[in-house]
Amino acid sequence: MSNQSSLRVVVLAGGLSHERDVSVRSGRRIAEALRSRDVEVDERDMDIELLPWLVADPPACVFPMFHGAAGEDGAIRDVLDLLKLPYVGSDPEACRLTYDKPLAKTILARSGVSTPEMIVLPHEAFRELGAAAVLEAVENAFGFPLVIKPSKGGSALGVSIVHSAEELPTAMVTCFSYGDTALIERCISGTEVAVSVVDLGDGPVALPAVEIVPDGEFYNYNARYTAGLTEFFAPARLSQEVARSVADEAVKVHKTLGLSGFSRSDFIIDAAGIPQFIEANVAPGMTETSLLPQAVTAADLDLGEVCLALVHDAIEAHRQ
Amino acid sequence: MAPQTDPFGAGSEQAGNRLDPHLERYAERTRGMTASEIRSLFAVASRPEVVSLAGGMPNVAALSMDTVSSTVANMLATRGQVALQYGSGNGDQRLREQICEMVGLQGIAPHPDDVIVTVGSQMALDLVTRIFCDPGDVILAEAPSYVGALGVFRAYQVDVEHVAMDEHGLNPDALRERLKTLAAQGKTPKFLYTIPTFHNPAGLSQPQERRMEILQICQSAGVLIIEDDPYGLLGFDGVIPQAIRSHDEDGVIYLGSFSKTFAAGIRVGWAVAPHGVREKLTLAAEAAVLCPPAFSQLTISTYLDTQPWMDQIKIFREVYRERRDATLESLAQYMPPGTTWTHPTGGFYVWVSMPEGIDATAMLPRAVTARVAYVPGTAFYMDGQGHQSLRLSYSYPEPDRIREGVRRLGSVINEELKLMHTFGTVGAAKKTGTSKGSTPGPDVV
Repeated sequence: MSNQSSLRVVVLAGGLSHERDVSVRSGRRIAEALRSRDVEVDERDMDIELLPWLVADPPACVFPMFHGAAGEDGAIRDVLDLLKLPYVGSDPEACRLTYDKPLAKTILARSGVSTPEMIVLPHEAFRELGAAAVLEAVENAFGFPLVIKPSKGGSALGVSIVHSAEELPTAMVTCFSYGDTALIERCISGTEVAVSVVDLGDGPVALPAVEIVPDGEFYNYNARYTAGLTEFFAPARLSQEVARSVADEAVKVHKTLGLSGFSRSDFIIDAAGIPQFIEANVAPGMTETSLLPQAVTAADLDLGEVCLALVHDAIEAHRQ
Repeated sequence: MAPQTDPFGAGSEQAGNRLDPHLERYAERTRGMTASEIRSLFAVASRPEVVSLAGGMPNVAALSMDTVSSTVANMLATRGQVALQYGSGNGDQRLREQICEMVGLQGIAPHPDDVIVTVGSQMALDLVTRIFCDPGDVILAEAPSYVGALGVFRAYQVDVEHVAMDEHGLNPDALRERLKTLAAQGKTPKFLYTIPTFHNPAGLSQPQERRMEILQICQSAGVLIIEDDPYGLLGFDGVIPQAIRSHDEDGVIYLGSFSKTFAAGIRVGWAVAPHGVREKLTLAAEAAVLCPPAFSQLTISTYLDTQPWMDQIKIFREVYRERRDATLESLAQYMPPGTTWTHPTGGFYVWVSMPEGIDATAMLPRAVTARVAYVPGTAFYMDGQGHQSLRLSYSYPEPDRIREGVRRLGSVINEELKLMHTFGTVGAAKKTGTSKGSTPGPDVV
């Protein structure tokens, strides 16, 4: 093992988003993984003292692990660019495209990636056009079940699966508690998988798909962060053909959205064996129950080794 | 470095992994212990940008740290070796005598042997439930009731039957009715759990005649009363209500605490119990913790012996009265029509009932986005009630922060009302969550 004691990395985690708790845990895991590789790590939250602190003693690299707004929407990375600090992961533009789920789906669909049919409606649309008429049109066009989710955000916060017209208004209110725009998507049944992509210096590579089988109806917040409520299969129980197909799609998502370093894309493998893109993440969860670390293990890699390679790659890319 | 495993390898032989190798070993009562979307939101509440009206943290800033420091130094100089040693299972003798003097203010006159010192009154409640309740037993509690008590009852797999409250606290008619219904089902409650003074979360107090009526009902029905009284000395008018226990030494177990009258971090509370009960409580306490912490007990004992502790309680009363006033004034200014709230005369809490159809649990993400936090009403029920209500705690923030927090809350409720009207869910019986995990941890302000 090489001695990395001269390498100082700042892991940013916490923030003010609804996913603060998850971010803190993800940041801690990344910090421990890097420390296991003899990297000097500082863990910092986002506050008014952060920027002066970074300027006063610039680290070799920053590892942003904020989840949700300001973390995944590109804002913090824009600021890191202003400070000319290298950081792990995608640039601000790629973050903006990815964090906006409808936008990402649209871009990817144009590139030939299959993704469930959707409509995107801000709160005002319901207010101005009348919720009943809009929801009836949605029902007539898509039928049930439907997935209702905020257009931005993660950890399945504000997400509902709706089976009848009676459930729709409550699902919409729940969704709008987390954001002003709703993504309404046709619900695809099939095998749920997450494919992590890492670029360790030789271009983006897909790690083994992780199959998600929650005890409940869907992979909601509780199922994500309570060990035992979800069964995972890593690698996923897929045929070689489908496994290759979903891996290719994940790399395609990574490249098409201009992502860097690492990403995680979520898919449903439909009845025809076609991966249907659901969403991508520029700062995927790294907690004890998260998917990317499971994929790393399934690939016989070490999380500390992967994180260190990402750091070195980010520093090298910054130099160029 | 490259992935060693072929990502395209079929995983059909792969065994599933639930990421917890002990999954099959957990007790039945552990099954409900899961992560919670709502609880995760409270992680944001600890940030300074957020006005948290959620946690019920005592305002220890009103306590002189010099006083605490000199008290600890004094205690170590005079009784240091005792403080650092194991002690008696039922607590320090001198502290139990002092507790008897304190509860005398509430009309209780126990012998020091009737007092069991515990790690906060939460432990006393845990011990009481442990020695009286088997899984499936029924107990009675106010609707709403203290979330920490409900956590204990849930842990012991006790069925909680809620009894309605009115503006004077627990409703005696509702209590009679509930006892009658249970009797018809062949069920006898093991006890009634009540907070008669400055109720958490409702902020209400039972008048003396109400206390007597409740006591008589329970005596007639043969129901033991667990009287939880952490806020009894914190009345804003300085009047100290007489405890139910002051009228019945055999039928009431009284729980008290130094968390609000001295400091929560010291973790010392107590139970005053009939002699038969106290022996079992002591044995149960020894099984749980061997003995309550001597260091904390002797610190409090020294504080009570050497400091003007009633003057400190007067300071606390004034601190909380000022914050209560800020809360009530702001609620009157910023809440939309159709919102009602209680008017506490002591303690930490205001209970807010929102316009019909609003779900406080569903609204919490919007509130956190607006940088204000509260505890949704569902946390205070075991039976799914409370969706339209929320608890505000005014004990910790400065009055100006409270005003700003209530202003933000008013805006959030107005936005939620607009959303309700848009989707026609006004008046709908929405239920988005249960009581489990809907509260902040004890260290969240």
